[in-house]
Amino acid sequence: MNPMQSKIEAAMAKGKVALIPFLPAGFPSRDQFWKELEQLDAAGAAVIEIGMPFSDPVADGPVVEKASLKCLEDGIDLAWIFEGLKARKGSFNAALLLMGYLNPVYQYGLDAFGADCAAAGVSGLIIADLPHEESGFVKQAMAPHNVALVPLIGLNTSLDRMRLYAEDAQGFCYFVSVLGTTGQRESLPERIREKLAEARSIFTIPIALGFGIKHPDQLASFAGLMDAAVFGSALITHIATGHTSTQFMEPWQ
Amino acid sequence: MKKGYFGDFGGQFIPELLMPPLLELEQAMQAILPSEAFQSRFTAMLKENVGRPSAITHCPNLSRDLGLDLWLKREDLNHSGAHKINNTLGQGLLAKMMGKTTLLAETGAGMHGVATAVAAAMLDMKCLVYMGATDVVRQAPNVNRMRLMGAEVVAVESGTKTLKDAINEALRRWLSDQETTHYCFGTAAGPHPFPTLVREFQQVISREARQQFLERNNNRLPDVVVACVGGGSNAIGMFHHFVPDPSVSIVGVEAAGTGEPGCDNSAPLNLGTDGILHGMKTKLLQSPQGQILPSHSIAPGLDYPGVGPEHAHLHATGRATYVTINDAQAINAFMTLSRREGIIPALESSHAVAYAIEHCAQLKGKSVLVCLSGRGDKDMAIVDSIL
Ligand SMILES: Cc1ncc(COP(=O)(O)O)c(C=O)c1O
Repeated sequence: MNPMQSKIEAAMAKGKVALIPFLPAGFPSRDQFWKELEQLDAAGAAVIEIGMPFSDPVADGPVVEKASLKCLEDGIDLAWIFEGLKARKGSFNAALLLMGYLNPVYQYGLDAFGADCAAAGVSGLIIADLPHEESGFVKQAMAPHNVALVPLIGLNTSLDRMRLYAEDAQGFCYFVSVLGTTGQRESLPERIREKLAEARSIFTIPIALGFGIKHPDQLASFAGLMDAAVFGSALITHIATGHTSTQFMEPWQ
Repeated sequence: MKKGYFGDFGGQFIPELLMPPLLELEQAMQAILPSEAFQSRFTAMLKENVGRPSAITHCPNLSRDLGLDLWLKREDLNHSGAHKINNTLGQGLLAKMMGKTTLLAETGAGMHGVATAVAAAMLDMKCLVYMGATDVVRQAPNVNRMRLMGAEVVAVESGTKTLKDAINEALRRWLSDQETTHYCFGTAAGPHPFPTLVREFQQVISREARQQFLERNNNRLPDVVVACVGGGSNAIGMFHHFVPDPSVSIVGVEAAGTGEPGCDNSAPLNLGTDGILHGMKTKLLQSPQGQILPSHSIAPGLDYPGVGPEHAHLHATGRATYVTINDAQAINAFMTLSRREGIIPALESSHAVAYAIEHCAQLKGKSVLVCLSGRGDKDMAIVDSIL
């Protein structure tokens, strides 16, 4: 079983929603980033999603985009991410996931990328601009390295398309809560419940809800329909305003 | 060949949340485009609203100066001043028949934004245009025209503040508003089916030009066909019906920027590498780490770090040749065509004209048919600021 799935299921076994924080690599600074990861891990994150900064992040809203572009200006690249993770391999309890866009991964070389993920203890990958139709060659390159490509689905994903994604999905299924980009929302659409129930009927792996989530209270109405919560913009804003990841994670415990 | 690919290039590298509207569009293309209802209305619009067929014009003075036989396909004579209107009326009508109420567009030079605003006004739809903040300043007359026709223009402040960032923002907006909104993509690039859809609407250029040239030249084809390449829509439209003619050389002109080695440019076919951006695998200006590099051209409509996938394919197979022209050469062509023939070309089109001027020795005695993709009124301020 992929480590992402086992970590999420371990949280579920305790009757909790598994926590999946997202932070762009190198944010808020090169050194501080690793300290934030340690705090997120210590605070019980099941999976930590590390953003691979890209110049043109079309699926991201202003908060994530701004943070990613700052990291790029600071010279963060895949080599820096892998080097840092390799040096800390085995020190995280959480499973590790890299999230980004296809082009930087493609330029790095898919096989080299997969091998470096394995060497750095990364067990999952989200590529925001890679729908099922184009994903075959990436899955094929990742398989020998046991890196799972996590599917993203949403409010407009038909049952048929969910089935396509479910066929060989590993780790967890990422359900995008809004038709839109990442970023905090005051409220989440009610329609989510119905679509989550559909996803439940098709995926056998855990389901995580993400995009627009900033507080655990928002999750109450989705109890039983999802297993994990992903939060990015809220955490980034929290850190950018001088707070710590530890403080952010407290209300979620 | 894989669906949506031209050889190795193309595809649908786009968030899953945009796949349903892309699939919906592809189905509408197949069902609506061939229908009598669509075709008769579209043909009528091209005739009555755009002014098609556009002329081909022989240039006697420049031909004499350069020692070749120069012809222009006059897309600058179209309503709203460029080839872009062929595509926006087509996509606008398609969207209307799909039941959409809003046309969303990105624009660089503003010509596509203006053309989308025209289509929206004609078809009684809403219009929303994303434009890089740099371009809003560079192409102010077009911003005014769009607003006058009822379009909402949003200045994009992120990234390089040019066309690439306007596309990013428009894609983000489409994610949210896909139920009511059609993304009227402005060039033969982006995710499948846009490269095919836009070519479908622009191929009228070469369909007319080929026939007009044969009629005026005792049934002879031109030796060389030339067009400027931004995203590549006027060029693919100009090339399409000449691709099967082996005697015709096909030349695309990319923007070399200032032309110094290492300068910012807009020539991904000449100076870029394979990569993935805006839903397509194509040639891109990018760093070795896969970050997209800023582009530059004095012509805002060419200022884009990527290119449509069909051009990447024509380049890879060698069927078309792609050359570069720098800012100064384009300005020279802008002045020369104005002075010698009384035609003020868009700075984008000036790149194509410049090819004939700069390569006249090599083209001696040949017939050269250039796509004059648009008129230069919008560029007066840019040219004034340089001279
Ligand atoms: C007059 C004119 N020509 C050419 C272009 C380049 O676009 P494309 O390569 O899609 O024809 C533009 C783009 O705005 C334009 O306005």
